[in-house]
Amino acid sequence: MRGRGAGPLATAALALLVAFAAFPFAWALLASVTPEAELFRGGGVLPERWVADHYRALFATRDFWVPIRNSLVVAGTTTAFCVTVGGLAAYALARLDFPGKAPVLGLVLAVTMFPQISIVSPLFLLLRGLRLIDTYPGLVLPYLTFAMPLTVWLLVGYFRQIPPDLEEAARIDGATRWQALTRVVLPLAVPGLATTAILTFIYCWNEFLFALSFTLGPDRRTVPVAIALFRGQYQVPWGEVLAASVVATAPVAALVLAFQRRIVQGLTSGAVKG
Amino acid sequence: MTSERRFALALVAPALAAILLVAVFPLGWTVWESLHRHDLRMPWLGRPFVGLGNYAEILRDGRFRGAMAHTATFTAVTVALELLLGLFLALAMNRAFRGRALVRAAVLVPWAIPTVVAALLWRFLFDSQAGVVNAALTGLGATAEAPVWFVDGTLAWVPLVLADVWKTTPFVALLLLAGLQNIPGELYEAAAVDGAGRWGRLRHVTLPLLRPAILVALVFRTMDAFRVFDLVYVLTGGGPGTATETIALYTFNTLFQNLRFGYGSALSVTVFAVTFALAMIYVRALGTGPAGEGR
Repeated sequence: MRGRGAGPLATAALALLVAFAAFPFAWALLASVTPEAELFRGGGVLPERWVADHYRALFATRDFWVPIRNSLVVAGTTTAFCVTVGGLAAYALARLDFPGKAPVLGLVLAVTMFPQISIVSPLFLLLRGLRLIDTYPGLVLPYLTFAMPLTVWLLVGYFRQIPPDLEEAARIDGATRWQALTRVVLPLAVPGLATTAILTFIYCWNEFLFALSFTLGPDRRTVPVAIALFRGQYQVPWGEVLAASVVATAPVAALVLAFQRRIVQGLTSGAVKG
Repeated sequence: MTSERRFALALVAPALAAILLVAVFPLGWTVWESLHRHDLRMPWLGRPFVGLGNYAEILRDGRFRGAMAHTATFTAVTVALELLLGLFLALAMNRAFRGRALVRAAVLVPWAIPTVVAALLWRFLFDSQAGVVNAALTGLGATAEAPVWFVDGTLAWVPLVLADVWKTTPFVALLLLAGLQNIPGELYEAAAVDGAGRWGRLRHVTLPLLRPAILVALVFRTMDAFRVFDLVYVLTGGGPGTATETIALYTFNTLFQNLRFGYGSALSVTVFAVTFALAMIYVRALGTGPAGEGR
C-alpha cells in the first residue's frame, strides 16, 4: 500500500477532510475582521470591508493582555519546572537501576490518566487553606498534576532512545555520573526535551477546568477562562470572541506548524492524552 | 546502598514528591471528603461524617442518572465516529502523495486549538442569528424555518458531537497512522501474491495488525469523552435545562455552584472509578511499556 499514490477517490476524500478541519477556524478568522453589524446579518461569505475593530476592542477595552500574560506566566513556569525536575527523574527511570523503579513508572502512568474533576475539590480546599486561590502558584501547583506525569512519561521514552555507550565511555574516561548526565546525555536529549516542553506548554495553555475553579476575578484568569466568560450586554459579542479565539490559538498553531513532525512523533509514541 | 541507587533516588525524589503531593494525596482526600456532609454555603453545620450517605444519595439522584446517560451516549457516538473517520483518514494519509505535510498540518490545528476555542467556534457556526449553518440551511431551502439549536434538548447535541469529532479525530488518525507505519510492507506483498484484493488486504492484514493501535485510541478516547467538560461548559452550558449535562459538568456544578463539597466529592470518586476501570482494561490489554514499547 505504501509507495503508491492516493487514488482520485481518496484524494477527494482527503481534500474534503482538510476542508472540514480548516473551515471553522478559517471562518472565524474571516468573521473576526468583519464589522459587527454585518456579522449579525449572517450569510455573507466575504466581508464588505475589513476592520480591526474587534482586535482593538479586545486590547483597549477588555484588557486582553492580562489573560495572555497570566497564561504565559502559568504555562511557562509549569513547563520549565516540569521539564527540569521531570527530566532528572525520567533519566533515572530510563537509565539507572534502583529499587522501586517499576512501581514508580506504573504510578506515573496511572496519574497521567487521573480525571481532573476527581481531584478538583480537595485541591480547592487545599489552595484555599494556603490562601493561594487566585494566585499564580495556585495555578502552577494544580497544573503539576497533569504536566509532571506527562513530562516524565514522554522523557523516559526519549532517554531510552539515546545510546548508552556514549555515557559509559565518558564514565570510563573518569567523568562522574553527574558530569556524564550533564555533558553527554543532556545535549543529546535536547530535541526530546524541546518536544516535551512544547507539548506540556500546549496542554497548560489550553487547560480550562482548574483555571476556572481556582481563579476568582479577571486579574488571574487565563486565556481560555477569559474567553469563555466574555459577555456582551445584549448578545454574544461574536466579533470580539472570535478575535480573542484567533489570538488564543495563534501561539499554539505557530508551535504546531513549526514543529509538526516532532509533535506528531511525541504524541503518538508517548500518547497519553487526547 | 550503592552510589548508583543513591544518585537515582535523588534524581527521582523531587518529581515523585510533586506527583504524590498534588495528585495522589488529593485523590485520597476526595475519597475522605466524599464520606462527609460538607456544605460550604452552611459552614456552621461543620463537616459531619456520614459514611456512605452521599453514595446512597447518588443512587437515588435522577439528575445523576440523567448525566450518566448523556455521558454514555455522547461517548458511544463520538468515539464510534472518531474511530471510523480516523481510520479512514489514517489509511488515506498512509499513502505517499504530494501535499502530505499540508494534510498533517491541517489535521493538527484542531487538535492544538484550546477546547474552549473549539467550543466557541462551533457555537458561532450554529448561532441562530450569525451562524453559517442556519444561513446555509435556509439558503438551500432545506428548512422553511431555521432551527434554534441550543433551545432543543435533542438538537443541542448536534454541535456538541460535531465539535468533539472535529477536535479529536486528528489525534485518533495520527495514532492509527503510527500503527499503520509499523506494518511491514512485505506482508502486503505476500497477501497480494496470495491473491488478496484491496478489501482482503484491509481485512486480513491491516485490521488485525492495527488492533493494538485501535485499542489504544479506543481506550484513550473513551476515557476522555467520558470526562468531557470544557466543550459542554462553553458550548451548551449543559442546557437547555440539564439536557446536555454530562457527569463532569454535573460534578463541577455540584461543587462550585451549589458548594456541596461532600456530595460533589462522591460524584468525583464515581468518575474516577469509571475512568480507573477503563484504564485497567487498557493496561490488561496492552501492558505498560512507555514510548513505543509493548505497543
